[in-house]
Amino acid sequence: MNNNQTTLVFQTGKARPSSVILLFVILSISWLLWSGLYKPLLISLGIFSCLLSVYLAYRMGFFKHHKALLRLMPRLPGYWMWLLKEIVVSSIDVAKLILNPSLPISPKVVKLKALPKTDVGQVILGNSITLSPGTVTLDVYEGEITVHCITSEGAKELEKGEANRRAAALERR
Amino acid sequence: MIDILIDVFSWVLLILGGVCVLIGGIGGLRLPNFYTRIHAASLTDTMGAILIFVGMMLQSGLTLATLKLFAIMLFLLLTGPTATYALANAALLSGLKPDTGSNHDEVEKEEPAE
Repeated sequence: MNNNQTTLVFQTGKARPSSVILLFVILSISWLLWSGLYKPLLISLGIFSCLLSVYLAYRMGFFKHHKALLRLMPRLPGYWMWLLKEIVVSSIDVAKLILNPSLPISPKVVKLKALPKTDVGQVILGNSITLSPGTVTLDVYEGEITVHCITSEGAKELEKGEANRRAAALERR
Repeated sequence: MIDILIDVFSWVLLILGGVCVLIGGIGGLRLPNFYTRIHAASLTDTMGAILIFVGMMLQSGLTLATLKLFAIMLFLLLTGPTATYALANAALLSGLKPDTGSNHDEVEKEEPAE
């Protein structure tokens, strides 16, 4: 219990009031635009959920990482395009694998050194690996990523490190 | 003419998305253990979701609904892998070995306390 609380404090970190207010304003505007209904009940529900979101973001340490996230935001769409191509290719591979009567799987666990330096970059890399079918991130700890691959070919592909390089390229200055 | 083409294309995408979800389900039944079954689930919630959402966006045309569908797809694609990671990591931490050879799930046996 005690241990749990210390990690919580460590995660939360400090938040400047200006960035907290900015997040609240952005959330409120997107709520208003997307709901399109301006009745008092709905607006108060919206304010409540915005406040809750800001509190949860604060609690999980969002304000420690948002600078790194904002810096790599402009390069994200290009990265997504590449990721989409990877997802399509590996989906077809996994679908063929599942429908093959002999089920030729060869599961393998791979450990990778993450090239992205920031936490945000490592999360993006880990989630991209999970997102493409055939590879799942099992663990991210101190810059080392453990990945489970359904075939050893997929593991080889991953060890070539193109995803790793591209995720690292997101956060260069 | 162009309307019919878009309609046909969106239906093709929707059907392909349905096929992806079906294959994911078949994979969940056929694959031997926990860690390999996760891969089948990821086929459902990435490729299936993308195809079905793009198909629906083509159906709704250039409206606010399309923007909302796009946002929902984006949020699904951001949160899906996070949930998968939570599941896989919990399994790993609780001692389910990602063993490569075995055909069924093995839990690390704890030595009985004397």
